[in-house]
Amino acid sequence: MARMKFLCDADRCIDCNACVTACKNENEVPWGINRRRVVTINDGKPGERSVSMACMHCTDAPCASVCPVKCIYPTDDGIVLHNKDLCIGCGYCFYACPFGAPQYPQVGNFGSRGKMDKCTYCAGGGGPEAPGSAEEYAKYGSNRFGEGKLPMCAEMCSTKSLLAGDGDIIAQLYEERVETRGYGSGAWGWTTAYNEDVKT
Amino acid sequence: MTPFARIRFAALLLVLFCLTTASVLAQKLGPDGAPNPTASVTSQKTLLEQAPRIQGRIDIPDVKAGVLMQPAGRTWDYFHEVLLHWGAALVIVGMIAVLALAYLIMGRLRIESGRSGQTIVRFKAFERFAHWLTAVSFVLLGLTGLNVTFGKILLRPLVGPDAFSDISQIAKYIHNFTSFAFVAGLVLITLLFFRDNLFKRIDIDWVKQGGGFIKSKHAPAGRFNLGEKMVYWLSVAAGIAVSASGFVLLFPFYGTDIADMQIAQVAHAVIAILFIALILGHIYIGTLGMEGAFEAMGTGEVDINWAREHHDRWLAEKLEAESRQASATPAE
Repeated sequence: MARMKFLCDADRCIDCNACVTACKNENEVPWGINRRRVVTINDGKPGERSVSMACMHCTDAPCASVCPVKCIYPTDDGIVLHNKDLCIGCGYCFYACPFGAPQYPQVGNFGSRGKMDKCTYCAGGGGPEAPGSAEEYAKYGSNRFGEGKLPMCAEMCSTKSLLAGDGDIIAQLYEERVETRGYGSGAWGWTTAYNEDVKT
Repeated sequence: MTPFARIRFAALLLVLFCLTTASVLAQKLGPDGAPNPTASVTSQKTLLEQAPRIQGRIDIPDVKAGVLMQPAGRTWDYFHEVLLHWGAALVIVGMIAVLALAYLIMGRLRIESGRSGQTIVRFKAFERFAHWLTAVSFVLLGLTGLNVTFGKILLRPLVGPDAFSDISQIAKYIHNFTSFAFVAGLVLITLLFFRDNLFKRIDIDWVKQGGGFIKSKHAPAGRFNLGEKMVYWLSVAAGIAVSASGFVLLFPFYGTDIADMQIAQVAHAVIAILFIALILGHIYIGTLGMEGAFEAMGTGEVDINWAREHHDRWLAEKLEAESRQASATPAE
């Protein structure tokens, strides 16, 4: 079975934030939460690079491992989903996540956290809701994956910097690009997320 | 060499210099001759060697999202799921084993001369209130805290995922809000018992006489013996540390970043586990381990014979003060 991954080709990312907007629009993400974001490294300096980052859907996901109520789990496709009915908003997945993916709507005073929200790879939720149902959409957002489609952010990417799909295929695509153009700043986050890197 | 020749020579040198520089620059070109934009880019490997996190500028107002990567999350995961689980289990089960062994070997420490039937006030109502406020909140915090670490292993298989989540949700709120009661109790205890817990010369004699554990010897003590003083000072220190680290976690990103919160969580967990072990010892000696000890915090009054055996100096001072007061009161 295919192992779904994200790969951001930083040499192509132009910091247009279309992935961020596409994600927010597709999933009706709650106010104050950004499931995907673009971070610019060395802003304004030589060698500036922008990287689009969301949940990387890690191998041996640390968020799932630390969750005190075991509400986070990987699917057969390697997508890390969570069940909002079980989430207690403790914040542990945020401490453990290497990519800052889990976020919490503020539900009370100070820093009190609501149910965790993060990128679902546009694959709906990990709860008991029927796939593609209105209930699922309200809680987790779109279930494009169930319709055989890839995440909206990668599909919308104007420069095809953000790649989503079977890890082997997108890695191969990236390697071919690097070979053709002669350079590449690497697959950001891959060693941390998947314990493996692309050949560059 | 004429001045003109000199200029010509200098120009030649400049051209040579430019040529060598150009050949260096040429190495940064791609295979098709196009400039290589990644020649000056810093790879994530180099960035992570320079700092534990990769941070950058972000367009959204949420500045903390500017942290692109923090592989330390995996280290924290290892701490929480491996080191803490085994370490905490070892410390708590170990402490219970030590106490069970103490009970089996020494049994309950009896009042040797038996009860006199006469009692004396050891803790006033307000002192007992301060103790029980701290004690009740400590137990609540301890159980709800342990639930976060061990609940999924011990409780979840028993009650099922849904009920366990409901319990944990309530437990989280209890943990968050009881913390304020605990801090109030801790402040009261620290202030009320501060003076009597200062170390004195008599504490050395208490240790020399075996701290009351050797039945043939009498260990002298004032209001608190060295063992109690150790519980006091360790509790104050641990209480301050868990409260401080706890409030860091309760107010995320209030002057802290993700690394600070990870450190705070590690400190909170490690100190809390040691604190629980200490208090298990305190609970044992105050209930099962010693006859006549619980009354001090229960009713507030202890048997005179118990006081004589465990806190002789304190009893003497107390009786002296009482007789002085009695003689000062005019007879009716």
